[in-house]
Amino acid sequence: MSWLLPALVAVPALGALVPLVWPRAEADRVAPAVGVAVSGAAFVVSLVVAAAAWGRDGMRLESEAAWIPSLDVFWRVGVDGVSLPLVLLTTLLTLLCMVSLLRGGGPECGGERNLVATLLLLETGVLGTFVALDLVLFFLFFEVVLIPMWFVIAVWGDRHDAAGRRRAATVFLLLTVIGSALMLVGFLLVHAETGTFDLLVLAERGGLGMSAQTQLFAALAIGLGLAVKAPMWPLHIWLPDAHAKAPTVGSVLLAGVLLKMGTYGFVRVWLPVVPDGARQLAPYLACLAAVGIVYGSLACLAQSDFKRLVAYSSVGHMGFVLLGIASMTPVGVNGALVANIAHGLITGLLFFLAGALKDRYDSAELTVIGRGLYARSPRLAVFLAVAAFASLGLPGLAGFWGEMLALLGAFDPAEGLPRVTFLVCMVVGGVGAVLTAAYFVHVVRRICQGEPASPGTEATSVELAVWAPLLVLTVLLGVVPGVLLAVTDPAVQTLLGGGR
Amino acid sequence: MSPVFGEPVVNGLTALSVHPAMQEAGHAVTPAAAGGVFSLTWLVVALPAVSAAVLLLGGRTTKTWGHLLGCATPIASFVLGLVMFVELLRRPGDDRAVAQSVYTWVEAGSFHVEMGFLVDQLSILFVLLITGVGGLIHVYSIGYMADDERRPRFFGQLNLFIVAMLILVLGADYLTMFLGWEGVGLASYLLIGFWQHKHSAATAAKKAFVVNRVGDMGMALAVMAMFATFGTMSFEGVSAAASEASEATLTAIGLLLLLGACGKSAQVPLQSWLLDAMEGPTPVSALIHAATMVTAGVYLVTRSNFIFEGAPVAATAVVIVGLVTLLWGAVIGCAKDDIKKALAGSTMSQIGYMMLAAGLGPAGYAFAIFHLITHGFFKANLFLGAGSVMHAMDDEVDMRRYGALGPVLPATFLTFAMGYLAIIGFPGFAGFWSKDKIIEAAFADNWVVGVGALLGAGITAFYMTRVMLMTFLTRKRWAKDVHPHESPAVMTIPLIVLAVLSVVGGLLLLGGWIVDWLTPVVGEEHHELAVSPWLLTLLIVAVVAVGVAVAFVVLVKREIPRTAPVKVSPFTAAARADLYGDALNEAVLMRPGQYLTRSLVYADTKGIDGTVNGVGALVGGSSGRLRRLQTGFVRSYALAMLSGVALVVLALLAVNLG
Repeated sequence: MSWLLPALVAVPALGALVPLVWPRAEADRVAPAVGVAVSGAAFVVSLVVAAAAWGRDGMRLESEAAWIPSLDVFWRVGVDGVSLPLVLLTTLLTLLCMVSLLRGGGPECGGERNLVATLLLLETGVLGTFVALDLVLFFLFFEVVLIPMWFVIAVWGDRHDAAGRRRAATVFLLLTVIGSALMLVGFLLVHAETGTFDLLVLAERGGLGMSAQTQLFAALAIGLGLAVKAPMWPLHIWLPDAHAKAPTVGSVLLAGVLLKMGTYGFVRVWLPVVPDGARQLAPYLACLAAVGIVYGSLACLAQSDFKRLVAYSSVGHMGFVLLGIASMTPVGVNGALVANIAHGLITGLLFFLAGALKDRYDSAELTVIGRGLYARSPRLAVFLAVAAFASLGLPGLAGFWGEMLALLGAFDPAEGLPRVTFLVCMVVGGVGAVLTAAYFVHVVRRICQGEPASPGTEATSVELAVWAPLLVLTVLLGVVPGVLLAVTDPAVQTLLGGGR
Repeated sequence: MSPVFGEPVVNGLTALSVHPAMQEAGHAVTPAAAGGVFSLTWLVVALPAVSAAVLLLGGRTTKTWGHLLGCATPIASFVLGLVMFVELLRRPGDDRAVAQSVYTWVEAGSFHVEMGFLVDQLSILFVLLITGVGGLIHVYSIGYMADDERRPRFFGQLNLFIVAMLILVLGADYLTMFLGWEGVGLASYLLIGFWQHKHSAATAAKKAFVVNRVGDMGMALAVMAMFATFGTMSFEGVSAAASEASEATLTAIGLLLLLGACGKSAQVPLQSWLLDAMEGPTPVSALIHAATMVTAGVYLVTRSNFIFEGAPVAATAVVIVGLVTLLWGAVIGCAKDDIKKALAGSTMSQIGYMMLAAGLGPAGYAFAIFHLITHGFFKANLFLGAGSVMHAMDDEVDMRRYGALGPVLPATFLTFAMGYLAIIGFPGFAGFWSKDKIIEAAFADNWVVGVGALLGAGITAFYMTRVMLMTFLTRKRWAKDVHPHESPAVMTIPLIVLAVLSVVGGLLLLGGWIVDWLTPVVGEEHHELAVSPWLLTLLIVAVVAVGVAVAFVVLVKREIPRTAPVKVSPFTAAARADLYGDALNEAVLMRPGQYLTRSLVYADTKGIDGTVNGVGALVGGSSGRLRRLQTGFVRSYALAMLSGVALVVLALLAVNLG
């Protein structure tokens, strides 16, 4: 019984109370600093967790306690190679978000106290989702995330468009809640036939004890719920608006970690718990993923708003992740997990940069930002260009390995899956990669290159402090992808092979 | 666990797996481990990598010495390459392949991805070409870029290109090669757009990157197909196992590789970016878009000879692409008034020759590489000469504003003349030997291909004579305020070296040396000509003479107007418009693409509206009410949560009671 993971979840949850109980007059001023302290503490705890679990096979730091025994609900948590990188990504991105609020980086409408508390609550939910080993616990944490995210978008979103931001927040909320309800039905179906919510037990059984029919229905219900979050085309429609209206920290966390909860669920629950059902649905998932890759890239080509563009690019990137998962092979799933982390780092950085542009020009419209950032704000422009090239999958940067492995997985899908379908999906995905290059180079052309339109403002030290870690990790992950794969691979082998 | 997940363990992306039992596959790659000087192979790449990093990160602090460092490292790599070359010469023919494992990307359970280098007869020639010609172009750039504020950055990016190109040719497996492949694409993008404040340069850079990316995807798919088929990506492994794969598989891989080659080497149908790429500084055009990077496609096809051996359809496709491009580029070259674009058309055309030869299989590989090397000499010479002219003429590129520059720029004129004689294939000059051999091989294969190649030689003679006449001879057409002056020694010395190489480059064929040298890598096949080779050579020289004569008749007899005439034949208009390659791209890809993307976004927005309204109705309010009050949102949200929680509890109870 380890106390580390409960502590990891508890630190931000308890920390969220600090700004709330702080004397009201001072609270807004000190809130960002408190946020940095608390999320920093959570980051440190996650590092300790990593030190204890990194590179060790199997589930680590497990703890278990009966919670509502009459309903068969247990507090079961643990961490392995699939969840550990995501835990670290979550604590890192939250910390960076808090740092970005320092020194006048907070929302213009004020309310730092509530914002910090909300973000910490959000972190709690995400971390809980990643460590939960019980279906009901997983579901509850999955839901906890929604409340703060709704507030972040609806209250601190685009200040020019009060109606629009609320609408975006509500669409996000309602679509996800509907998805979650379906997911819950799936969980209950599983429980009805197996009599347990224990993820480890269920994974070990690998669908044993469930009829093919049940597995198919459960896989469909769970898959739909997760697909809304991931998001899978055509369930992505909540995403562009949510991103466009959300404040910078909201966009970063939404793209960086919230989407990952969906793909994580596919790997943690969908593949191991209902494998036969998943196998029947995998070709459909692959097709929709491939459509999403191309669709997202095409939509990007038509965007004139940088934030919307990065949002649509997420649809494309998550398409690669889903394609890798659908291949049901170790190569594809490992690729999906690496692409997951890479997307969190790169898109997180892109949204921070989009936010910096929005702060400067009061708009993320490419035409308003204008040309010549290389000359106007060289550091900002170089960060933007490197992030763009990382996102389009240049080898040597983080974006390359995951998507390559995901495509490789699709090239050679697991036995029993239709080879030709996957081959077509893979080629379609390849076309999407070309389009990705097209729109990112286009963005660099539109705002970085050219004669400067107006004098610009160079990046502040706080901004650099926030961006630099993401850039460094993007390069590191591009050069030494093995560090990450060494952690994910054993866990993926276990999940795909059944057992602990 | 049921076996539904298929093979649980991947064999790993083994880069250097050994298949000693499969020696019989003709010219399989079977390198020895690196020892002696070859243990320093990594250093060839690392030297320019260090200077690239220093210059790109150091920025303005390197202003006083950056260009010296930038020149020193490629030259040091050249010296190292030369030592290795000499060492290889001393070894017996079947012991000239040396492999070095450099870096392990991934070493994790079922994954093993390694980066390895392979020095053999083929790659060492490229190392020498890249670092040798590259070194000269670096030196030349000291003078050419002397007035540019951002010269250290320019050298940093040139070094970056050298690094990527060396990784491309030294890679012992397709993945490493792909890394270099993408790296040269990035370097090319950065350098075309070096003057990114210029609209045309930034747009050209974008276009080059995207078009290249189309080819890259072909290459990436080919690599994955190889891995899926053979379980390895190394040249060694694939070459040993290729003969066992089905012809359909090999054809698919071959065609995908060809797509990759077309992108990088500006071959039809992915040719459109090269002419625009001339927006980059002239040393870039010489190094990347003439001498080295654009020949990567030829290298790819030659290196993959074991694939094309079993895929005659793909090999024929290579020949067709080469033939079409060699004529396509030559025709464009005839109509361009911009000196660099005329040379760019000629580059496409000459690489077309190399592709054609590579498509002919073992009968042509050695000649493809031979022409690639001589072309590297004389085309770098011509481009740097053009740069020297531009330097003298205040960056004017329009040949209609040149004329009679020969006496004013004697060194440039004489060196350019050597390059000119080499490219048209004047007897004895480098291009004569290499082009002659390709046309010969083409005739031996198929007389249609042969006639096409012969015709190309005639057109080449025409347009290059046109360039020569319009620039250095004919009447003076420059404005009064232009004061042409010869370039400094730092620019003319590289020109002289390249001019000498343009003259004597044919020596590589002395006694059939280059053919024998490359035979262990690419195999050998003697072709039978229906006529005597001497007769064919005579014919080629005659056709070239006709081309030169026509140019003289057209240009010397008539006055050359300072502005391009508007009323021209449809032929000229088409050639000026790059044979409508861009128009075609736009009509077939870009415009439908724009409609598609716009309609997609429209549909997306509609979808969101529909959902919002539907959801609004669901929670009992109209969409109007949804928009009105925040409390309305809180209520709808609370309602949703409440029903959600109720659902949870009810469901849990149901399950437990049931």
